[in-house]
Amino acid sequence: MDSSGECDRNLHQVKHVVLVLSGKGGVGKSTITTELALALIHAGKKVGILDVDLCGPSIPRMLRVGKPEVHQCDAGWVPVYADPQQQLAIMSIGFLLEDSDEAVIWRGPKKTALIGQFVSDVAWGELDVLLVDTPPGTSDEHLAVLENLRKHRVDGAVLVTTPQAVSTGDVRREITFCKKTAVKILGIVENMSGFVCPHCSECSNIFSKGGGEELAKLTGSVFLGSVPLDPLLAASLEEGQDFLQAFPDSSTYTAISQIANTLLSSLDA
Amino acid sequence: MADVPSDAPEHCPGTSSDQAGKSSACQGCPNQNICASGAAKAPDPGIHAYISIWLLKLVSSVALLDVDICGPSIPKIMGLEGEQVHQSGSGWSPVYVEDNLAVMSIGFLLSSPDDAVIWRGPKKNGMIKQFLRDVDWGEVDYLIVDTPPGTSDEHLSIVQYLSGAGIDGAVIITTPQEVSLQDVRKEIRFCKKVKIPIIGVIENMSGFVCPKCKNTSQIFPPTTGGAQRMCEELNLPLLGSVPLDPRIGRSCDEGKSFLTEVPDSPAAVAYQNIVQSKSSKPQQASLY
Repeated sequence: MDSSGECDRNLHQVKHVVLVLSGKGGVGKSTITTELALALIHAGKKVGILDVDLCGPSIPRMLRVGKPEVHQCDAGWVPVYADPQQQLAIMSIGFLLEDSDEAVIWRGPKKTALIGQFVSDVAWGELDVLLVDTPPGTSDEHLAVLENLRKHRVDGAVLVTTPQAVSTGDVRREITFCKKTAVKILGIVENMSGFVCPHCSECSNIFSKGGGEELAKLTGSVFLGSVPLDPLLAASLEEGQDFLQAFPDSSTYTAISQIANTLLSSLDA
Repeated sequence: MADVPSDAPEHCPGTSSDQAGKSSACQGCPNQNICASGAAKAPDPGIHAYISIWLLKLVSSVALLDVDICGPSIPKIMGLEGEQVHQSGSGWSPVYVEDNLAVMSIGFLLSSPDDAVIWRGPKKNGMIKQFLRDVDWGEVDYLIVDTPPGTSDEHLSIVQYLSGAGIDGAVIITTPQEVSLQDVRKEIRFCKKVKIPIIGVIENMSGFVCPKCKNTSQIFPPTTGGAQRMCEELNLPLLGSVPLDPRIGRSCDEGKSFLTEVPDSPAAVAYQNIVQSKSSKPQQASLY
Protein backbone atom coordinates (compact mmCIF):
# COMPACT_ATOMS: atom_id res chain seq x y z
CA MET A 1 0.00 0.00 0.00
CA ASP A 2 1.27 3.46 -0.76
CA SER A 3 2.54 4.74 2.57
CA SER A 4 2.36 8.37 1.58
CA GLY A 5 -1.30 7.91 0.74
CA GLU A 6 -1.93 6.35 4.12
CA CYS A 7 -0.11 9.20 5.78
CA ASP A 8 -2.27 11.69 3.98
CA ARG A 9 -5.42 9.86 4.96
CA ASN A 10 -4.55 9.62 8.64
CA LEU A 11 -3.34 13.18 8.85
CA HIS A 12 -5.71 14.93 6.48
CA GLN A 13 -8.05 15.92 9.30
CA VAL A 14 -5.17 17.26 11.40
CA LYS A 15 -5.18 21.03 11.01
CA HIS A 16 -1.79 21.90 12.51
CA VAL A 17 1.38 19.95 13.27
CA VAL A 18 3.88 21.40 15.75
CA LEU A 19 7.21 19.85 16.69
CA VAL A 20 8.57 20.42 20.19
CA LEU A 21 12.36 20.46 20.05
CA SER A 22 15.28 21.16 22.29
CA GLY A 23 19.00 20.66 22.05
CA LYS A 24 19.62 19.37 25.52
CA GLY A 25 17.91 16.68 27.52
CA GLY A 26 16.13 17.53 30.71
CA VAL A 27 14.96 21.02 29.78
CA GLY A 28 11.30 20.04 29.95
CA LYS A 29 10.18 19.29 26.40
CA SER A 30 7.71 16.64 27.51
CA THR A 31 6.52 18.88 30.32
CA ILE A 32 5.93 21.77 27.93
CA THR A 33 4.30 19.46 25.37
CA THR A 34 1.96 18.10 28.04
CA GLU A 35 1.05 21.51 29.44
CA LEU A 36 0.53 23.04 26.01
CA ALA A 37 -1.75 20.14 25.11
CA LEU A 38 -3.78 20.63 28.29
CA ALA A 39 -3.97 24.40 27.76
CA LEU A 40 -5.18 23.91 24.19
CA ILE A 41 -7.83 21.46 25.37
CA HIS A 42 -9.04 23.88 27.98
CA ALA A 43 -9.34 26.35 25.11
CA GLY A 44 -11.71 23.90 23.45
CA LYS A 45 -9.32 22.36 20.93
CA LYS A 46 -8.86 18.74 19.97
CA VAL A 47 -5.23 17.80 20.43
CA GLY A 48 -2.97 14.87 19.67
CA ILE A 49 0.48 14.11 21.08
CA LEU A 50 2.88 11.95 19.13
CA ASP A 51 5.70 10.89 21.46
CA VAL A 52 8.71 9.93 19.35
CA ASP A 53 11.15 9.74 22.26
CA LEU A 54 11.54 6.00 21.84
CA CYS A 55 14.24 5.52 24.48
CA GLY A 56 12.61 7.69 27.11
CA PRO A 57 8.86 8.04 26.55
CA SER A 58 7.51 10.31 29.28
CA ILE A 59 4.13 11.35 27.93
CA PRO A 60 2.06 8.34 29.12
CA ARG A 61 3.03 8.89 32.73
CA MET A 62 2.59 12.66 32.60
CA LEU A 63 -0.98 12.19 31.45
CA ARG A 64 -1.67 9.19 33.66
CA VAL A 65 -2.83 6.97 30.86
CA GLY A 66 -1.17 3.89 32.27
CA LYS A 67 -0.57 0.93 29.97
CA PRO A 68 -3.65 0.55 27.83
CA GLU A 69 -3.72 -1.78 24.87
CA VAL A 70 -3.32 -0.22 21.48
CA HIS A 71 -6.02 -1.38 19.11
CA GLN A 72 -6.14 -1.54 15.38
CA CYS A 73 -8.91 -0.30 13.14
CA ASP A 74 -9.26 -0.21 9.35
CA ALA A 75 -7.30 3.01 9.12
CA GLY A 76 -4.47 1.81 11.37
CA TRP A 77 -3.68 2.16 15.06
CA VAL A 78 -6.22 3.76 17.31
CA PRO A 79 -4.55 6.36 19.53
CA VAL A 80 -4.99 6.22 23.28
CA TYR A 81 -7.30 8.87 24.67
CA ALA A 82 -6.38 10.62 27.90
CA ASP A 83 -9.94 11.72 28.58
CA PRO A 84 -13.43 10.25 28.15
CA GLN A 85 -14.42 13.10 25.81
CA GLN A 86 -11.59 12.04 23.48
CA GLN A 87 -10.18 15.52 23.21
CA LEU A 88 -6.59 14.40 23.80
CA ALA A 89 -5.20 11.55 21.69
CA ILE A 90 -1.78 10.07 22.33
CA MET A 91 0.59 7.64 20.68
CA SER A 92 3.81 6.58 22.36
CA ILE A 93 6.09 3.58 22.36
CA GLY A 94 5.33 3.51 26.07
CA PHE A 95 2.02 1.83 25.18
CA LEU A 96 3.73 -0.90 23.23
CA LEU A 97 6.16 -2.06 25.92
CA GLU A 98 4.97 -4.90 28.10
CA ASP A 99 7.38 -3.98 30.85
CA SER A 100 7.73 -0.24 31.39
CA ASP A 101 11.32 -0.70 32.59
CA GLU A 102 12.21 -2.45 29.36
CA ALA A 103 14.98 -0.62 27.55
CA VAL A 104 14.47 0.14 23.87
CA ILE A 105 18.00 -0.47 22.67
CA TRP A 106 17.63 0.32 19.01
CA ARG A 107 19.95 1.83 16.51
CA GLY A 108 18.84 4.54 14.12
CA PRO A 109 17.25 2.51 11.31
CA LYS A 110 14.89 0.65 13.61
CA LYS A 111 13.86 3.87 15.33
CA THR A 112 13.28 5.46 11.93
CA ALA A 113 11.03 2.58 10.86
CA LEU A 114 8.79 2.79 13.93
CA ILE A 115 8.50 6.54 13.72
CA GLY A 116 7.43 6.14 10.10
CA GLN A 117 4.65 3.89 11.32
CA PHE A 118 3.67 6.26 14.08
CA VAL A 119 3.34 9.11 11.63
CA SER A 120 1.40 7.31 8.91
CA ASP A 121 -0.46 4.52 10.68
CA VAL A 122 -2.16 6.21 13.61
CA ALA A 123 -5.80 7.05 12.94
CA TRP A 124 -5.78 10.49 14.57
CA GLY A 125 -9.13 11.54 13.20
CA GLU A 126 -10.04 15.18 13.51
CA LEU A 127 -7.46 17.24 15.40
CA ASP A 128 -6.84 20.96 15.73
CA VAL A 129 -3.20 20.48 16.74
CA LEU A 130 -0.85 17.51 16.69
CA LEU A 131 2.13 18.10 18.99
CA VAL A 132 5.19 15.96 18.34
CA ASP A 133 7.36 15.43 21.43
CA THR A 134 10.92 14.61 20.37
CA PRO A 135 14.01 13.36 22.18
CA PRO A 136 16.92 15.78 22.61
CA GLY A 137 19.30 16.25 19.69
CA THR A 138 19.16 16.42 15.92
CA SER A 139 19.34 12.86 14.75
CA ASP A 140 17.43 9.89 13.42
CA GLU A 141 14.14 10.57 15.19
CA HIS A 142 13.97 14.18 14.05
CA LEU A 143 14.85 13.35 10.47
CA ALA A 144 12.38 10.46 10.44
CA VAL A 145 9.54 12.65 11.64
CA LEU A 146 10.22 15.30 9.04
CA GLU A 147 10.67 12.86 6.20
CA ASN A 148 7.43 11.12 6.99
CA LEU A 149 5.55 14.36 7.36
CA ARG A 150 6.88 15.72 4.09
CA LYS A 151 3.60 15.21 2.25
CA HIS A 152 1.67 16.83 5.03
CA ARG A 153 2.26 20.31 6.32
CA VAL A 154 4.42 20.95 9.39
CA ASP A 155 3.44 24.34 10.76
CA GLY A 156 6.66 24.69 12.64
CA ALA A 157 8.59 24.01 15.82
CA VAL A 158 8.54 25.26 19.38
CA LEU A 159 12.02 25.23 20.90
CA VAL A 160 12.40 24.66 24.63
CA THR A 161 15.42 25.81 26.58
CA THR A 162 16.40 26.62 30.13
CA PRO A 163 17.93 30.03 30.78
CA GLN A 164 21.45 28.60 30.95
CA ALA A 165 23.87 29.32 28.14
CA VAL A 166 24.80 25.67 27.95
CA SER A 167 21.19 24.92 27.10
CA THR A 168 20.70 27.86 24.74
CA GLY A 169 23.93 26.81 23.02
CA ASP A 170 22.27 23.57 22.06
CA VAL A 171 19.07 25.34 21.03
CA ARG A 172 21.10 27.41 18.59
CA ARG A 173 22.00 24.12 16.95
CA GLU A 174 18.30 23.20 16.85
CA ILE A 175 17.63 26.53 15.14
CA THR A 176 20.21 25.61 12.52
CA PHE A 177 18.49 22.24 12.16
CA CYS A 178 15.16 23.97 11.56
CA LYS A 179 16.70 26.28 8.97
CA LYS A 180 18.38 23.40 7.16
CA THR A 181 15.19 21.33 7.13
CA ALA A 182 12.96 24.32 6.30
CA VAL A 183 10.93 24.05 9.52
CA LYS A 184 9.49 27.38 10.65
CA ILE A 185 10.38 28.36 14.19
CA LEU A 186 7.15 29.25 15.91
CA GLY A 187 8.95 30.44 18.99
CA ILE A 188 11.18 29.77 21.98
CA VAL A 189 9.98 28.79 25.45
CA GLU A 190 12.28 29.32 28.40
CA ASN A 191 11.53 26.67 30.99
CA MET A 192 12.75 26.44 34.61
CA SER A 193 12.97 30.20 34.61
CA GLY A 194 13.39 31.18 38.21
CA PHE A 195 12.24 29.66 41.44
CA VAL A 196 10.26 31.48 44.08
CA CYS A 197 11.10 30.13 47.50
CA PRO A 198 7.85 29.12 49.19
CA HIS A 199 9.31 30.07 52.56
CA CYS A 200 10.54 33.61 51.94
CA SER A 201 9.40 34.40 48.37
CA GLU A 202 12.95 35.18 47.24
CA CYS A 203 13.31 34.45 43.54
CA SER A 204 16.43 32.44 42.71
CA ASN A 205 17.61 31.96 39.16
CA ILE A 206 18.74 28.41 39.63
CA PHE A 207 19.47 27.82 35.99
CA SER A 208 20.77 31.33 35.32
CA LYS A 209 18.62 34.04 33.78
CA GLY A 210 17.39 35.45 30.54
CA GLY A 211 19.05 33.03 28.14
CA GLY A 212 15.85 32.18 26.29
CA GLU A 213 14.85 35.75 25.63
CA GLU A 214 18.37 36.68 24.56
CA LEU A 215 18.47 33.74 22.23
CA ALA A 216 15.20 34.79 20.67
CA LYS A 217 16.56 38.28 20.04
CA LEU A 218 19.86 36.96 18.74
CA THR A 219 18.23 34.67 16.24
CA GLY A 220 15.23 36.82 15.32
CA SER A 221 12.80 34.28 16.74
CA VAL A 222 9.61 34.88 18.67
CA PHE A 223 9.95 34.58 22.42
CA LEU A 224 6.82 32.73 23.48
CA GLY A 225 7.37 33.13 27.20
CA SER A 226 8.96 31.66 30.29
CA VAL A 227 7.72 29.02 32.69
CA PRO A 228 9.08 29.11 36.23
CA LEU A 229 10.40 26.17 38.24
CA ASP A 230 7.36 25.07 40.17
CA PRO A 231 7.38 22.07 42.50
CA LEU A 232 3.59 21.89 42.15
CA LEU A 233 3.95 21.49 38.40
CA ALA A 234 6.66 18.86 38.88
CA ALA A 235 4.45 16.97 41.34
CA SER A 236 1.42 17.16 39.02
CA LEU A 237 3.41 15.64 36.19
CA GLU A 238 4.62 12.86 38.45
CA GLU A 239 1.06 12.01 39.38
CA GLY A 240 -0.35 12.55 35.90
CA GLN A 241 -2.61 15.26 37.25
CA ASP A 242 -3.95 18.14 35.14
CA PHE A 243 -1.92 20.98 36.66
CA LEU A 244 -3.90 23.68 34.89
CA GLN A 245 -7.16 22.43 36.32
CA ALA A 246 -5.70 21.98 39.81
CA PHE A 247 -3.84 25.29 40.12
CA PRO A 248 -5.56 27.91 37.98
CA ASP A 249 -4.45 30.77 40.23
CA SER A 250 -0.74 30.09 39.99
CA SER A 251 1.68 32.25 38.01
CA THR A 252 2.77 29.08 36.24
CA TYR A 253 -0.78 28.62 34.95
CA THR A 254 -0.74 32.18 33.61
CA ALA A 255 2.61 31.65 31.95
CA ILE A 256 1.56 28.43 30.24
CA SER A 257 -1.80 29.81 29.13
CA GLN A 258 -0.17 32.84 27.58
CA ILE A 259 2.29 30.69 25.70
CA ALA A 260 -0.51 28.47 24.43
CA ASN A 261 -2.59 31.46 23.32
CA THR A 262 0.34 33.03 21.49
CA LEU A 263 1.04 29.73 19.78
CA LEU A 264 -2.59 29.31 18.77
CA SER A 265 -2.73 32.82 17.32
CA SER A 266 0.32 32.20 15.21
CA LEU A 267 -1.09 28.90 13.96
CA ASP A 268 -4.43 30.37 13.04
CA ALA A 269 -2.91 33.44 11.44
CA MET B 1 51.57 -4.63 32.53
CA ALA B 2 50.70 -1.48 34.30
CA ASP B 3 51.63 -0.37 37.77
CA VAL B 4 49.15 0.98 40.21
CA PRO B 5 50.07 4.37 41.63
CA SER B 6 50.34 4.35 45.41
CA ASP B 7 47.65 6.96 45.76
CA ALA B 8 45.28 5.43 43.27
CA PRO B 9 41.79 4.38 44.33
CA GLU B 10 41.38 0.80 45.35
CA HIS B 11 39.59 -0.26 42.25
CA CYS B 12 41.87 1.54 39.87
CA PRO B 13 43.29 -1.28 37.82
CA GLY B 14 46.44 0.64 36.97
CA THR B 15 47.74 3.25 34.65
CA SER B 16 47.77 2.41 31.03
CA SER B 17 50.46 3.05 28.55
CA ASP B 18 50.02 5.74 25.97
CA GLN B 19 47.61 3.39 24.28
CA ALA B 20 44.81 4.19 26.68
CA GLY B 21 41.45 4.06 25.00
CA LYS B 22 42.72 2.32 21.90
CA SER B 23 40.81 -0.90 22.06
CA SER B 24 43.09 -3.20 20.14
CA ALA B 25 46.16 -2.28 22.15
CA CYS B 26 44.27 -2.27 25.40
CA GLN B 27 43.42 -5.94 25.56
CA GLY B 28 43.98 -7.06 29.10
CA CYS B 29 44.62 -3.53 30.30
CA PRO B 30 41.22 -2.39 31.38
CA ASN B 31 41.51 1.17 32.46
CA GLN B 32 38.41 2.85 31.39
CA ASN B 33 35.72 3.99 33.66
CA ILE B 34 32.69 4.61 31.55
CA CYS B 35 30.19 7.01 32.92
CA ALA B 36 26.78 6.45 31.38
CA SER B 37 24.76 9.57 32.01
CA GLY B 38 21.62 7.56 32.47
CA ALA B 39 18.67 9.41 31.25
CA ALA B 40 20.11 12.37 32.93
CA LYS B 41 17.13 14.30 31.69
CA ALA B 42 18.64 16.69 34.09
CA PRO B 43 19.59 20.12 32.84
CA ASP B 44 22.89 20.15 34.66
CA PRO B 45 25.47 18.71 32.35
CA GLY B 46 28.34 19.40 34.65
CA ILE B 47 28.41 16.18 36.60
CA HIS B 48 31.01 14.38 34.51
CA ALA B 49 33.16 17.45 34.43
CA TYR B 50 33.07 17.75 38.20
CA ILE B 51 33.68 14.08 38.79
CA SER B 52 36.69 14.34 36.50
CA ILE B 53 38.03 17.35 38.33
CA TRP B 54 37.59 15.77 41.73
CA LEU B 55 39.16 12.52 40.60
CA LEU B 56 42.32 14.46 39.85
CA LYS B 57 42.81 14.95 43.55
CA LEU B 58 43.12 11.20 43.88
CA VAL B 59 44.82 9.99 40.72
CA SER B 60 47.46 11.26 38.35
CA SER B 61 45.47 11.89 35.23
CA VAL B 62 41.94 11.86 33.89
CA ALA B 63 40.49 12.00 30.39
CA LEU B 64 36.95 13.08 29.62
CA LEU B 65 35.34 11.95 26.37
CA ASP B 66 32.11 13.64 25.31
CA VAL B 67 30.09 11.37 23.02
CA ASP B 68 26.96 13.52 23.03
CA ILE B 69 27.47 14.09 19.33
CA CYS B 70 24.35 16.22 18.76
CA GLY B 71 24.60 18.21 21.95
CA PRO B 72 28.24 18.54 23.07
CA SER B 73 28.31 20.61 26.25
CA ILE B 74 31.64 19.63 27.74
CA PRO B 75 33.73 22.26 25.92
CA LYS B 76 31.62 25.09 27.28
CA ILE B 77 31.46 23.73 30.81
CA MET B 78 35.19 23.22 30.95
CA GLY B 79 35.87 26.71 29.58
CA LEU B 80 37.31 25.31 26.38
CA GLU B 81 35.01 26.86 23.78
CA GLY B 82 36.86 27.84 20.69
CA GLU B 83 39.70 25.41 21.29
CA GLN B 84 40.79 23.28 18.40
CA VAL B 85 42.03 19.77 18.03
CA HIS B 86 45.47 19.28 16.49
CA GLN B 87 46.81 16.32 14.61
CA SER B 88 50.22 14.87 15.16
CA GLY B 89 52.04 11.73 14.18
CA SER B 90 50.56 9.89 17.11
CA GLY B 91 47.00 10.95 16.40
CA TRP B 92 44.62 13.70 17.48
CA SER B 93 45.68 15.54 20.53
CA PRO B 94 42.93 16.14 23.05
CA VAL B 95 42.41 19.57 24.56
CA TYR B 96 43.96 19.97 27.99
CA VAL B 97 42.22 21.80 30.82
CA GLU B 98 45.21 21.09 32.99
CA ASP B 99 48.29 19.05 32.16
CA ASN B 100 46.56 16.01 33.52
CA LEU B 101 42.95 16.59 32.48
CA ALA B 102 42.36 15.92 28.78
CA VAL B 103 39.08 16.44 26.99
CA MET B 104 37.73 15.39 23.61
CA SER B 105 34.41 16.43 22.12
CA ILE B 106 32.92 16.98 18.70
CA GLY B 107 32.39 20.50 19.98
CA PHE B 108 36.05 21.17 19.18
CA LEU B 109 35.57 20.16 15.57
CA LEU B 110 32.68 22.52 14.85
CA SER B 111 33.54 25.90 13.38
CA SER B 112 30.64 27.81 14.88
CA PRO B 113 28.44 27.49 17.97
CA ASP B 114 25.47 27.43 15.61
CA ASP B 115 26.69 24.38 13.71
CA ALA B 116 24.19 21.57 14.05
CA VAL B 117 25.33 17.97 13.86
CA ILE B 118 22.43 16.43 11.98
CA TRP B 119 23.74 12.91 11.72
CA ARG B 120 22.07 9.55 11.68
CA GLY B 121 23.32 6.67 13.75
CA PRO B 122 26.03 5.25 11.46
CA LYS B 123 27.82 8.56 11.11
CA LYS B 124 27.71 9.16 14.88
CA ASN B 125 29.15 5.68 15.39
CA GLY B 126 31.98 6.49 13.00
CA MET B 127 32.86 9.60 14.97
CA ILE B 128 32.89 7.73 18.25
CA LYS B 129 35.14 5.09 16.75
CA GLN B 130 37.55 7.80 15.64
CA PHE B 131 37.55 9.36 19.07
CA LEU B 132 38.53 6.07 20.63
CA ARG B 133 40.99 5.01 17.99
CA ASP B 134 42.70 8.20 16.91
CA VAL B 135 42.95 10.36 20.00
CA ASP B 136 46.35 10.25 21.66
CA TRP B 137 45.29 10.34 25.29
CA GLY B 138 48.70 9.62 26.70
CA GLU B 139 48.93 8.00 30.14
CA VAL B 140 45.54 8.10 31.76
CA ASP B 141 44.25 6.70 35.03
CA TYR B 142 40.61 7.21 34.22
CA LEU B 143 38.70 7.72 31.01
CA ILE B 144 35.26 9.09 31.75
CA VAL B 145 32.74 8.98 28.92
CA ASP B 146 29.83 11.41 28.95
CA THR B 147 26.91 9.93 27.02
CA PRO B 148 23.65 11.53 25.87
CA PRO B 149 20.34 10.36 27.32
CA GLY B 150 18.87 7.21 25.86
CA THR B 151 19.98 3.71 24.96
CA SER B 152 20.84 3.96 21.32
CA ASP B 153 23.67 4.21 18.83
CA GLU B 154 26.10 6.13 21.01
CA HIS B 155 25.73 3.75 23.93
CA LEU B 156 25.91 0.59 21.85
CA SER B 157 28.94 1.89 20.00
CA ILE B 158 30.86 2.83 23.13
CA VAL B 159 30.22 -0.59 24.59
CA GLN B 160 31.15 -2.32 21.37
CA TYR B 161 34.33 -0.37 20.70
CA LEU B 162 35.56 -0.57 24.27
CA SER B 163 34.75 -4.23 24.69
CA GLY B 164 38.35 -5.23 24.04
CA ALA B 165 39.74 -2.80 26.56
CA GLY B 166 37.03 -3.43 29.10
CA ILE B 167 34.76 -0.97 30.81
CA ASP B 168 35.12 -0.74 34.58
CA GLY B 169 31.58 0.34 35.07
CA ALA B 170 28.86 2.88 34.68
CA VAL B 171 27.72 5.71 36.90
CA ILE B 172 24.03 6.39 36.48
CA ILE B 173 22.68 9.89 37.02
CA THR B 174 19.10 10.79 37.77
CA THR B 175 16.97 13.47 39.35
CA PRO B 176 14.60 12.55 42.21
CA GLN B 177 11.58 12.54 39.90
CA GLU B 178 9.80 9.43 38.72
CA VAL B 179 9.92 10.65 35.10
CA SER B 180 13.70 10.54 35.39
CA LEU B 181 13.84 7.28 37.36
CA GLN B 182 11.55 5.71 34.78
CA ASP B 183 14.14 6.36 32.10
CA VAL B 184 17.06 5.47 34.31
CA ARG B 185 15.66 2.01 35.04
CA LYS B 186 15.90 1.43 31.32
CA GLU B 187 19.54 2.54 31.40
CA ILE B 188 20.13 0.06 34.19
CA ARG B 189 18.55 -2.70 32.12
CA PHE B 190 20.77 -1.67 29.24
CA CYS B 191 23.87 -2.04 31.42
CA LYS B 192 22.69 -5.46 32.50
CA LYS B 193 22.09 -6.55 28.91
CA VAL B 194 25.50 -5.46 27.71
CA LYS B 195 27.16 -6.62 30.94
CA ILE B 196 28.53 -3.34 32.18
CA PRO B 197 28.92 -3.32 35.96
CA ILE B 198 27.09 -0.47 37.66
CA ILE B 199 29.32 1.45 40.02
CA GLY B 200 26.35 3.30 41.46
CA VAL B 201 23.72 5.99 41.10
CA ILE B 202 24.00 9.73 41.72
CA GLU B 203 20.88 11.73 42.44
CA ASN B 204 21.30 15.22 41.01
CA MET B 205 19.15 18.27 41.77
CA SER B 206 18.28 16.78 45.08
CA GLY B 207 16.77 19.68 46.94
CA PHE B 208 17.44 23.39 46.85
CA VAL B 209 18.67 25.52 49.72
CA CYS B 210 17.36 29.06 49.40
CA PRO B 211 20.37 31.41 49.56
CA LYS B 212 18.29 33.92 51.51
CA CYS B 213 16.41 32.00 54.17
CA LYS B 214 18.42 28.75 54.02
CA ASN B 215 15.28 26.59 53.97
CA THR B 216 15.33 23.53 51.76
CA SER B 217 12.72 23.02 49.05
CA GLN B 218 12.20 19.93 46.95
CA ILE B 219 11.83 21.41 43.51
CA PHE B 220 11.82 17.99 41.91
CA PRO B 221 9.88 16.05 44.52
CA PRO B 222 10.78 12.39 44.92
CA THR B 223 7.18 11.24 44.66
CA THR B 224 8.19 7.61 44.31
CA GLY B 225 11.02 7.64 46.82
CA GLY B 226 13.71 9.13 44.62
CA ALA B 227 16.97 7.44 43.79
CA GLN B 228 17.22 5.99 47.27
CA ARG B 229 14.17 3.78 46.93
CA MET B 230 15.14 2.75 43.42
CA CYS B 231 18.62 1.77 44.60
CA GLU B 232 17.13 -0.24 47.45
CA GLU B 233 14.78 -2.03 45.08
CA LEU B 234 17.48 -2.79 42.55
CA ASN B 235 20.25 -3.41 45.07
CA LEU B 236 22.52 -0.71 43.69
CA PRO B 237 24.79 1.66 45.60
CA LEU B 238 23.55 5.23 45.94
CA LEU B 239 26.80 7.12 45.56
CA GLY B 240 25.35 10.38 46.77
CA SER B 241 22.93 13.24 46.22
CA VAL B 242 23.90 16.61 44.78
CA PRO B 243 21.68 19.56 45.66
CA LEU B 244 20.71 22.35 43.28
CA ASP B 245 22.90 25.40 43.45
CA PRO B 246 22.41 28.37 41.10
CA ARG B 247 26.12 28.91 41.14
CA ILE B 248 26.65 25.59 39.33
CA GLY B 249 24.69 26.85 36.35
CA ARG B 250 26.59 30.09 36.34
CA SER B 251 29.97 28.32 36.51
CA CYS B 252 28.96 26.01 33.66
CA ASP B 253 27.96 28.96 31.55
CA GLU B 254 31.21 30.77 32.29
CA GLY B 255 33.34 27.71 31.82
CA LYS B 256 34.72 27.99 35.33
CA SER B 257 35.25 25.18 37.77
CA PHE B 258 32.42 25.33 40.25
CA LEU B 259 34.50 23.27 42.65
CA THR B 260 37.19 25.97 42.68
CA GLU B 261 34.84 28.94 42.63
CA VAL B 262 32.56 27.82 45.45
CA PRO B 263 34.31 25.00 47.30
CA ASP B 264 32.12 25.29 50.39
CA SER B 265 28.82 24.93 48.52
CA PRO B 266 26.80 21.90 49.63
CA ALA B 267 26.97 20.71 46.03
CA ALA B 268 30.79 20.86 45.97
CA VAL B 269 30.91 18.98 49.25
CA ALA B 270 28.57 16.37 47.80
CA TYR B 271 30.86 15.82 44.80
CA GLN B 272 33.84 15.49 47.09
CA ASN B 273 32.08 12.86 49.16
CA ILE B 274 30.95 10.93 46.11
CA VAL B 275 34.40 10.69 44.58
CA GLN B 276 36.17 10.00 47.84
CA SER B 277 33.71 7.37 48.95
CA LYS B 278 34.03 5.58 45.62
CA SER B 279 37.74 5.40 46.09
CA SER B 280 38.02 4.60 49.78
CA LYS B 281 35.42 1.89 50.21
CA PRO B 282 36.33 -1.51 48.80
CA GLN B 283 32.96 -1.74 47.14
CA GLN B 284 32.61 -3.94 44.13
CA ALA B 285 30.64 -2.68 41.21
CA SER B 286 27.35 -4.47 41.01
CA LEU B 287 27.14 -6.83 38.06
CA TYR B 288 23.87 -8.71 37.86
